[in-house]
Amino acid sequence: MKRPSLWLLAVAALLLSACSDETSHSRGVYMLLDTSGTYTKELDKAQQIINFVLAKLEPGDSFAVARIKTGSFSEKDIIARVTFDGQPSRANQQKRQFREEIDRFVASVKPSAYTDITGGLLQAIEYLDEKNPGRKTVLIFSDMKEELAAGYVREAIPLQMNGFEVVALNVSKLRSDNIDPREYSDRLAYWRQRVEAGGGSWRVLNDLERLEALFVD
Amino acid sequence: MSSGELFLLVPGAPLLSGVIWLVVGVALLYLARSGAHQAIASASRLLHHACKLAAHSMLLAEQRLKQRNNEVLLAAGREAAERIIEREFERIDASVRRDLAEYPALQRQMSDAITRLEQDYHASSEVPPEPPAWAKVVDAVAKIAPKEPVVGEILEDIHDSMVRAQRTAIEQYRNDNSKRHRILSRMMPLWRKVARVLGEMDKRVTRLLERSTAIDRHMASYEDILNRSPRAERMLSSSSLTQFFIAGAVLAVAIGGAIINFHLIARPMQEMVGGSSYIMGYKAANIAALVIILVEVAMGLFLMESLRITRLFPIIAALDDRLRVRMIWVAFLFLLALASIEAGLAFMREKLSQDDASLVASLVGGQGEAAAVAANVWITTAAQMGMGFILPFALTFVAIPLESFVHSSRTVLGLLLQGLLRALAFLLRLSGNIFRHGGNMLIRIYDLSIFLPLWVEMHLQGRRRAAAESALATEESS
Repeated sequence: MKRPSLWLLAVAALLLSACSDETSHSRGVYMLLDTSGTYTKELDKAQQIINFVLAKLEPGDSFAVARIKTGSFSEKDIIARVTFDGQPSRANQQKRQFREEIDRFVASVKPSAYTDITGGLLQAIEYLDEKNPGRKTVLIFSDMKEELAAGYVREAIPLQMNGFEVVALNVSKLRSDNIDPREYSDRLAYWRQRVEAGGGSWRVLNDLERLEALFVD
Repeated sequence: MSSGELFLLVPGAPLLSGVIWLVVGVALLYLARSGAHQAIASASRLLHHACKLAAHSMLLAEQRLKQRNNEVLLAAGREAAERIIEREFERIDASVRRDLAEYPALQRQMSDAITRLEQDYHASSEVPPEPPAWAKVVDAVAKIAPKEPVVGEILEDIHDSMVRAQRTAIEQYRNDNSKRHRILSRMMPLWRKVARVLGEMDKRVTRLLERSTAIDRHMASYEDILNRSPRAERMLSSSSLTQFFIAGAVLAVAIGGAIINFHLIARPMQEMVGGSSYIMGYKAANIAALVIILVEVAMGLFLMESLRITRLFPIIAALDDRLRVRMIWVAFLFLLALASIEAGLAFMREKLSQDDASLVASLVGGQGEAAAVAANVWITTAAQMGMGFILPFALTFVAIPLESFVHSSRTVLGLLLQGLLRALAFLLRLSGNIFRHGGNMLIRIYDLSIFLPLWVEMHLQGRRRAAAESALATEESS
């Protein structure tokens, strides 16, 4: 009598395992904050974006915020990171802690001399590939002008961004852009080309009133 | 070399090439005329017959389906009529038990009352007063000697005695009469009681008669169904369609209720099964919420079945009464537990919503607004908990329209299929006729394309016939 029931149990277990969905439905967001020069004054806007993203993310999603400075290809530059728990109440607690960490960082941040966007992107790729969410989004809060310290090699490194969505936020115009606006569009075109060459998609979102567009599928 | 150049017989002269092709084509068509006609005719005949055969098959299938639908309809009607009659008999049984169980007592009351009435009646009968014996004596004395003074005195005494006796008799008579009147007045309540008892019995018997009239009516329609009368079929068919639409509408309302219920418990289910796990592309929490609702519906079905309100599962209806009652309690307790769980989940949903609202408010800086919203939050909490508790019980009643829908949908689907088959048969017959007449038309078009050689042929034949006739005429004249 025991054997048929064991068989039944085995079949039921097989069916249940066949039903479980291995595809990842979560979302991974990695946000890069430019802390070079006067851009630190814009960090209140970055906080606003982070809060918005926190409000929108759901249990199971991952979120990390990292700073862009002289050399950004480092885990030390990640200010806060979290993978939200499956329970909504626990996820809400994690969101509150995350916001507190960001608030502490903004209060104590010091401007950096250089802007290593490529290094930050490489770190973002590494982090999100490791988390392997269903949707990978990299938000870059910067003027997109890369300034590298002597000795840092970034130009020849290809970005492997298959399945990544890169959104440049609040890309402010520099004084030189005002003199020659082509510089601004060339800068954006350069980054678009690099991201798309790596297999990712690129868009720019300067109007912070339209942050809802970040989470439109 | 292109395909166009292939057909260019005379280089540089496409028109001439075209004419040559035309002549060759017409000649070939003329030569192949008889065979082509036969081929077209047999192809059209073949298609016509195939379509006709298919249409016939469709009509046969439609007839079979109609027969089957009637069987289903009559069986369902028979079952429903049996159920109604059974129920009427149960009512009559209850009525007989309730009303006529008191009949012996009523009868005893009646016979007591009648006995007493009889006694009273006898007691009240009037006894005629006896004629006084003095009268004969007076007559005798009066005849003896009318002028004797002694006789006069005697007569005077007799007169006095008679007057006294008369007075006593009248008094006695009056006393007796008043006694009889008292007895008769005592009979009045008894008469009233008898009248009331009779009225009561009349009411009860009338009720029974009404029930028996209803049973007669149901029996008549039951007999109609058993006799497969067209009237019964028509009535059952129209009733089935009505049932289908009404049950469908009620089911749609129930589905709306289930959707509300789902939204009430889907979010808090994330706390239990996690918000990030998926099963076959759907959130596990949503599936869990759906399963809970489906279990509630299933429990409702079992409850209704055990109460013998619906008859979707004959096995439950056929259960032993003790087991059935046990099943009623089990289903009810499950429903109660699920309703309580739902009320708890609804409460948790409200708490989560409040937590979300306070988080969003703290993130976007609208804490004041959140506090204002939280002031009246107990109303929504109570409403949600109430809905969470009531909806599972409300969903229990889905069983009734579901049963009607399932039963009537068999008939309605059968009717639809019947209509479809009839339409297909019509289309096939139409196609068959189109093929037949199309074949004839193709033969005419074929002949039209080779009208020139046909015209020449006709002329030649005419001339040949004329020559033959003239030769015959010459032969006859010679």
